[in-house]
Amino acid sequence: MSNFLTGLMRLKRGPWEMLATILIGLGVFMLMQPFAIWLYTYSFITTLVGTVMFIIVSHFKD
Amino acid sequence: MTDTPAARAAQATPPNVARKIKGLSDRAIAWIFVGPTIFLLLAINIFPLIWTIRLSFTNFKANRINREPEWVGLRNYERILTDSDIWLNMQATAHFLFWTIFFQVLIGFTLAYLINKKFKGNDLWTTIIVLPMMLSPAVVGNFWKFLYQPQIGLFNYIVAFFTGKDPSSFEMLGSVDLAPWSIVIVDTWMWTPFVMLICLAGLRSIPDYIYEAAEVDRASKLRQFFTITIPMVLPFLMLAVLFRGIENFKMFDLVVQLTGGGPGSTTELTSINLKREAFEKWRTGYASAYAIILFVTVFGLASIYVKALNKVKER
Repeated sequence: MSNFLTGLMRLKRGPWEMLATILIGLGVFMLMQPFAIWLYTYSFITTLVGTVMFIIVSHFKD
Repeated sequence: MTDTPAARAAQATPPNVARKIKGLSDRAIAWIFVGPTIFLLLAINIFPLIWTIRLSFTNFKANRINREPEWVGLRNYERILTDSDIWLNMQATAHFLFWTIFFQVLIGFTLAYLINKKFKGNDLWTTIIVLPMMLSPAVVGNFWKFLYQPQIGLFNYIVAFFTGKDPSSFEMLGSVDLAPWSIVIVDTWMWTPFVMLICLAGLRSIPDYIYEAAEVDRASKLRQFFTITIPMVLPFLMLAVLFRGIENFKMFDLVVQLTGGGPGSTTELTSINLKREAFEKWRTGYASAYAIILFVTVFGLASIYVKALNKVKER
């Protein structure tokens, strides 16, 4: 966990990509889940942030 | 003069063209060749995407092109993301997506594994299995509609034969509970061969000497399957899932032919709903926002999937 946080602080690609991936996955789950409509409401912004973050951080150094 | 392809191309170039390009740098010539493709890419892909993003912030209606569209900001997005009907469409799409991919991968891989064993008539069976994939979705939709007929349809009779139920006691396309499964069955029937072909390519790319080495090490068949076959076919399987996932997210024609989105809206996938908003209700701005939401979702999923695929390949 501390490696992950250190990686985030040092702008390493791996941890940031992981964070973006989690956000995208969470966003897609929120979009299609049958449990709560408020999750559906915030799904797009979550996916969008994750996707934009993914595009940006994939240019970071390893 | 040497007879190389470049020399032959130079000889074949008309003198007036040769005179014109003489003196141009290699970079300029490369741009001349690549330019039309880049222009087409921008015109067909990038421009419509940017235009759709712009339209998604307006109340533009394509059937009233003389009316000046108003800027509505994020209202279209807000309405879509608070609409419980669209939320249900998303759930119907998720059901369709999950189960079609699950069955296609399971059956496709099993078929590929069996076909990969050397036996008589192997090629003939491959051709027969691949046939559904070659048909048009409109044709498949129509004839499955007949197969699902409760009175005369073969499907009901087969189910009745195994379960002992009356064939006309259930209706695959007319029942709220069964209709979502009916589209899953047809899509699985049609596209499992595609997954099978990709898996077969993966299985045939595994060199025999790896299995021979495993045999020497006395690895059991089960061990060979889990430590050689599965890891080496995994990139191919992931590719198949990516292709089918993106395709099924956009599924339209097959489902429209089969159920038209009904009964009610139980099989109304997002693409069908989107088409209704865009070309039946003519709410172009709203439909553009809807399309952007779907695009971002598919793009995000494809990005992480491609990353995962590259990691597996590196291994």
